[in-house]
Amino acid sequence: MQSPLLQLIIVQFKTFLREPEVIFWSLLFPILMAWGLGMAFNKENESVITIVQVKNDQYPDTSFRNFLAGAKEIRNINSPDEKALEHDVTIQGLGTTHYKIITGTWEQAYVLLKRGVVNLVIEEKAEGLEYHFDPKSSEAKSSYLQFSSILKGKQDELAQAMIKPLSQKGTRYIDFLIPGLIAMGLMMSTMWGISYSLIEKRSKKLLRRLVATPMNKGSFMVSQFVARFVLCTLEALVLYFFARYFFGMTIEGNISALIALFCAGFFAFCGIALLLASRTSNTFVANGIINAVVMPMMLLSGIYFSYHNFPDVVIPYIQALPLTMIADGIRSVFLEGAGWPELFKPIIILSTIGFVTFISGLKVFKWY
Amino acid sequence: MHPIVQVSNVIKHFKDVKAVDGVNLEMQQGEFLALLGPNGAGKTTLVEMIEGIQHPDSGEIQIDGKHWKGHAHELHHIIGLSLQETHFLEKLTVKETVKLFASFYNLPNKRVDEVLEMVNLREKQKAFVDKLSGGQKQRLALGIAMLNNAKLLLLDEPTTGLDPTARREMWNILMQLREEHKISLILTSHYMEEAEFLCERIVILDKGKILAQGTLNEILTANNCFETIEFSLNEPVQNIGFIQNSGLGRVDWDDKTRKARLFVSDIVEQLPKLQALVQSNGLNLQTLECHKMTLDDLFIEMTGRRLDQ
Ligand SMILES: Nc1ncnc2c1ncn2[C@@H]1O[C@H](COP(=O)(O)OP(=O)(O)OP(=O)(O)O)[C@@H](O)[C@H]1O
Ligand SMILES: [Mg+2]
Repeated sequence: MQSPLLQLIIVQFKTFLREPEVIFWSLLFPILMAWGLGMAFNKENESVITIVQVKNDQYPDTSFRNFLAGAKEIRNINSPDEKALEHDVTIQGLGTTHYKIITGTWEQAYVLLKRGVVNLVIEEKAEGLEYHFDPKSSEAKSSYLQFSSILKGKQDELAQAMIKPLSQKGTRYIDFLIPGLIAMGLMMSTMWGISYSLIEKRSKKLLRRLVATPMNKGSFMVSQFVARFVLCTLEALVLYFFARYFFGMTIEGNISALIALFCAGFFAFCGIALLLASRTSNTFVANGIINAVVMPMMLLSGIYFSYHNFPDVVIPYIQALPLTMIADGIRSVFLEGAGWPELFKPIIILSTIGFVTFISGLKVFKWY
Repeated sequence: MHPIVQVSNVIKHFKDVKAVDGVNLEMQQGEFLALLGPNGAGKTTLVEMIEGIQHPDSGEIQIDGKHWKGHAHELHHIIGLSLQETHFLEKLTVKETVKLFASFYNLPNKRVDEVLEMVNLREKQKAFVDKLSGGQKQRLALGIAMLNNAKLLLLDEPTTGLDPTARREMWNILMQLREEHKISLILTSHYMEEAEFLCERIVILDKGKILAQGTLNEILTANNCFETIEFSLNEPVQNIGFIQNSGLGRVDWDDKTRKARLFVSDIVEQLPKLQALVQSNGLNLQTLECHKMTLDDLFIEMTGRRLDQ
């Protein structure tokens, strides 16, 4: 006869493995996402800039018209009946930029702006070309700068500048992304896995049935965590090895500190998950509660894009989020060669969060 | 010897509902007791307090002479139970489910097989729980309740929702248990036939209070109306006051069937009197049925409601 703890753990695994969808979402999906995003931002330095030209035949702008004369007609994917023009400009070191020019009225331009198809509208006026764009958008600004310098015939100047493309490992987008995805996987898997599984067992009255046996409540909780830990580790390893073989990523820093950070992060999320799942037996409420905690972290913690674009005043708060601590920590080990001295602080904080939420969660936990 | 269950003055409130309102109950070892009552009577609440799952607001509960406080571990070992509804893990097989519970009691695999045999789930042991029929699920719950050879078994509506055959099967398993092991059983039910068939003692609960208890005959005798006469008249007479006032017994008028029901202590003596009374009012009996009173009838008589509602 096996020990109750072992039985409980085995049961957790069996129920997990018997839901094939779960395996897809927790193991395959992150890889697909990493692959997709990695490929999307890793393309040979090619980019597309789409511009609306508001024509005025009274005041044709020669440089603009010459530029268009060299363009070829392409299908306009936004309204297939109309044509658009495309002109490719290749600058050494900067790669190729496809300029797509759609000719239209201001009304059409507004529609395209609203849909996010274009971020730059150029109108021919008596005084010359007028550039319309949102100066708060750095992308629009960059479109403006690039295009205007080309019209001014400055592409040779651009080419002469010393451009050294960064392709070193550790500075690519995928290098930024993978540690973030590992951290996010840890959060999602723990929070949803543990909270949901507990709340579901409560709503099915299974918890109630279990505590009416001599089962040790501690063993039950431990079994939930152990099983989840194994799965989380598996998820992280799968992502890492995928990035390693597909994108040549390596770990620069101290592995033992990385493992400690991972465990501390897991512990923190376990505690939070337990606390969130301690009272309700309604799976809809559970959905809301978990989302309310998970979503802000997902958006703010700099998983996909750096949180340094947020205003300076909120950055310290963002850095205090568990997910940020884990993502930044993993990143620093992967990319900057960090070790114990750098990770010491987040490990302590995460463990404390875990400890406090775990104890309070257990205190208020409703078994029936 | 201690009574196996002793419930004294137990009260349990939920917000503004008095779920259990001052219940006293004593049960001896080896006794089979049925808790009968309509929906919301407080059966589940009472049983779960005995099981140590819920706690009384006031009053005292002892199992085998022990309180729950301080003896939980011990008491878990001598109690077997099935809740009114439990959904076991869907993606676990029947055998794995029983095995999991067996591990909590430190029981060998042999016991798992034995129990599966007893509840006729040997054939289904490899089936996933979510593929079982309602009756099979109830038998699985019963099997788990029986696992640890408990002295005291508490089953909350073990046969609700089952067809007559499946119900029979449950009864047979329980009767077998009764013959082979000296266990005590508390069973809740809406079905008086079930209570009558399985249990020597019946407790009728309504609105958190015990309305009546004893053996079936004791309860019926104590309420001294043994028999009913159901009749209709040639004219749909709703005003049956003349019978009511005759002192023959209580009369109910059922609007749906357009029949009257008279509760009497002795049909042989009182039927002729009824006939005479009807004739003297210039009416005739159109239909007439006599039967011995059942618990259902008694419950209706006491509360004006049906047991299985
Ligand atoms: N957790 C709870 N919170 C609030 N009210 C409750 C709770 N549990 C039970 N009640 C109320 O207490 C009363 C008794 O409920 P209980 O479940 O004990 O009835 P029951 O006799 O088992 O009914 P049924 O035959 O429908 O199972 C009901 O009015 C019910 O609404
Ligand atoms: Mg009930």
